[in-house]
Amino acid sequence: MTPDMAAMTTTDGEAFLFWVLAPLMVLAALGLLFVRRAVHAALCLVFVMVSLAIMYIASGAPFLGVVQVVVYTGAVMMLFLFVLMLVGVDASDSLTETIRGQRWIGLLLGLGLAVVLIGVVSRATFLPGTPLTENQVANPVGLARILFGDYVLAMETVGVLLVTAAMGALVLTHRRRLETKRTQRWVAEQRVKALAEGGTLTPLPAPGVYAQSNAMDTPALGPDGRPLEHSVSRVLRIRGQEKAAPASLVETRSAGQVSTVPAATPDGGEDS
Amino acid sequence: MEITNYVVLACILFAIGATTVLLRRNAIVVFMGVELMLNATNLAFVTFARIHGDLTGQVLAFFVMVVAAAEVVVGLAIIVTIFRTRRSASVDDVNLLHG
Repeated sequence: MTPDMAAMTTTDGEAFLFWVLAPLMVLAALGLLFVRRAVHAALCLVFVMVSLAIMYIASGAPFLGVVQVVVYTGAVMMLFLFVLMLVGVDASDSLTETIRGQRWIGLLLGLGLAVVLIGVVSRATFLPGTPLTENQVANPVGLARILFGDYVLAMETVGVLLVTAAMGALVLTHRRRLETKRTQRWVAEQRVKALAEGGTLTPLPAPGVYAQSNAMDTPALGPDGRPLEHSVSRVLRIRGQEKAAPASLVETRSAGQVSTVPAATPDGGEDS
Repeated sequence: MEITNYVVLACILFAIGATTVLLRRNAIVVFMGVELMLNATNLAFVTFARIHGDLTGQVLAFFVMVVAAAEVVVGLAIIVTIFRTRRSASVDDVNLLHG
């Protein structure tokens, strides 16, 4: 095999690796396109990135392979998963089309791009070059020489870019507190103010008729024997999951005495 | 096996990433499509570096990785901010911003 040919072909082992990995990578990448949930898409992308790292190591770039694992799968994808966690894991796509025919136009454009790119690459003749020497492959020193020799200015600029990006993220995600903080004193003062409009100073009564059931969804009985509606949690009342107090208990107690105590207003000061 | 198969794989991955950007509505998945495109270009860079026996291609791939990391940080921060105000990560809703 001439040196020219050696630059353009791979060993059989590498060819085997390629033909195993490449279809799986394409499948995972298609998963990014068709999978509904964003978390599954992220996992597909992680698979593609790890496979790419293996390919880098196989094609003479061990340093880039390591950086690919550390930076992309380690940092970038974890950041993606972190943001998914913040935004909500169930953040799946809406399937309604806002632009009519967008799906087909998009698929057509993507297919066209693939056809054009592959057509250009497969018809192009590459100049027979020299393969990477063993010395170039084995150590990242050559990489460092180029990085800090020819590209030192770009390296400095990239450093500035990283600092700016970190600052930008801090500024963008920082949130100023728009309303004042709810302190204990503030809550107490609000309750005293609400007293004039029929609120209560004390916390709301606890729910549950303790003799028969102490569930959250049954109202407590007042001293007059009537069930106190507002002792049940507001959320349960709104969702209609409130149960009636045990009928026998209400009847026996309210029949014995004539109530003089007015029922407390249901919309009193909310217990917080 | 021809080395150019790697470049063909890079083309396929790039096209899939571009289609993802065009088709998906979830802003985070759209962002993942951008990442896939960047990765595909990196594969092409590494392969060309191998064909020409020149490490400059690998250096450029390294720069692409660094810039992509910075881009992801800022982009995700923007998505989090949009989600906070609009309660949605769909790219369809963002056009309401100019109102």
